Amino acid sequence: MRIKLYDIAHSRAGDKGNTLTLSLIPYSADDYPLLCDRVTADAVSRHLQYIVAGEITRYELPNLPALQFVCQQALTGGVTTSLTMDTHGKSLSYALLEMWVDTEVNG
Amino acid sequence: MKQHIRIGCGAGFSGDRLEPALILVKQGQLDYLVLECLAERTIALAQKRKRQDPTLGYDPLLERRIESLLPHLVEKKVRLITNMGAANPLAAAQKVIDIARRLNLSVTVAAVTGDDVFSLLSENETALETGKPLMDSGTLVSANAYLGTDAILPALATGADIIITGRVADPSLFVSPLVHEFGWSLEDSNQIGQGTVIGHLLECAGQLTGGYFADPGRKDVPDMAHLGHPFADVSSDGTAVFGKVAGTGGMLTVATAKEQLLYEVMDPSRYITPDVVADFSQVRLEETGLDQVKAIGGRGETRPDTLKVSVGYEAGFIGEGEISYAGANALGRAKLAGSIIQERLQDRFTDLRLDYIGSTSVHRTNFGHYPDPYEIRLRVAGRATTAQHAALVGEEVEALYTNGPAGGGGARKYIHEVVGIVSTLMDRNKITSSITVLES
Repeated sequence: MRIKLYDIAHSRAGDKGNTLTLSLIPYSADDYPLLCDRVTADAVSRHLQYIVAGEITRYELPNLPALQFVCQQALTGGVTTSLTMDTHGKSLSYALLEMWVDTEVNG
Repeated sequence: MKQHIRIGCGAGFSGDRLEPALILVKQGQLDYLVLECLAERTIALAQKRKRQDPTLGYDPLLERRIESLLPHLVEKKVRLITNMGAANPLAAAQKVIDIARRLNLSVTVAAVTGDDVFSLLSENETALETGKPLMDSGTLVSANAYLGTDAILPALATGADIIITGRVADPSLFVSPLVHEFGWSLEDSNQIGQGTVIGHLLECAGQLTGGYFADPGRKDVPDMAHLGHPFADVSSDGTAVFGKVAGTGGMLTVATAKEQLLYEVMDPSRYITPDVVADFSQVRLEETGLDQVKAIGGRGETRPDTLKVSVGYEAGFIGEGEISYAGANALGRAKLAGSIIQERLQDRFTDLRLDYIGSTSVHRTNFGHYPDPYEIRLRVAGRATTAQHAALVGEEVEALYTNGPAGGGGARKYIHEVVGIVSTLMDRNKITSSITVLES
């Protein structure tokens, strides 16, 4: 079965210069292993290919549990000089939540 | 030494609502109120205001915030720590004294200065973002170092009622009263790391209590029109329980706290401030009651030898123009309008951007699985070195009324000056902070 991240997780976007941070927090801790398995840095890079130009690093926080994605060159120059509407990228949490994942363990 | 203090955060950015801080002071039984009002770029803009008028350069809302808060701060004996000094903490302190005299209140204000390192900066230093010398970015207009808790502590030691800073690291606004009251050692990195977790959770005010969180039907937040801002009850061992004033809107849950804990964090095990390299990865959050979350487990390693410096530079002007299309083939007509603008302006702007508001303007894509909207707004933005040149963008969009596709309406045009920001690192030993105390 394919589901959208929006259905099982929430996210908040933050900015530092031209770097975008995206948290990914499962509503249920039971879904954390699925997120770890499916939502890899590579998978997010492919999903956000029109948004993030640079490298994406993923950090795992099993205590919360949550994942944190740090996306380089994601804000078209950064808050202060970008020509985009959303210069901070504050809306981009919902771009991550648009991602579809397969819930079959060996799918 | 106290065993327990309560710190509230009544503003998370310069333009934040005014009344949540007032509610915190009047009903929150606070020991300290923090107002965090200084974003990365805000200080560069403030430096420009100061240059035009040496009595300005502090937060534009300072007067309104202080006028409403001051009588209650005095009555409830709540100390205020704020970075509303922006580019001019001394002028801000004087302004607070003026207000206190007008209101017939007796207060002491301590201004923390030393963050302005423009005269110490070499234009040849490398910008962290570009890897090139700072001067390559443009004409530099400001340089402000992120001062830390060590710069704020002497101000607290004077006993001043109000502490006004310029650029300091946001968590340090909260760590400093903890260190001051509990006698923590600045060398105790684990203790300062936990203090930094507390500061980080509080610093964006309403973002801990349901702001920037709600999604109706999925993440419902009650009474957001009256969102309460948070406070933390901190024990001398660093254990913190976060709450908000009963009867205010919003909510405080493990979910809101998780989102805020990770907000703007790069490597969660290495969150660098002037005070510590904090480790958020072992933090544990627990709901201990309605709108009550406990946080423990913040740790840290020795503070860095360098301080981050935010450097402002002249980045020209941005001109914008917008026009709407609706009904059948709205997106087609908007895209035709966009192509006309592109053809007319592409040779006159090296940096030109077209967005289709309602479709792909904020995510730069719609991931291919949303239908075309009923209405769409073309938005064009271009950067130029002069305001006059930037104005061409809006002029061309407006001219689409009579020269563009059918049914174009609601054209608007804007121009604004841009100050860019790059960062560099500076040896902390080169930077000296100082305290000025004023009395009403």
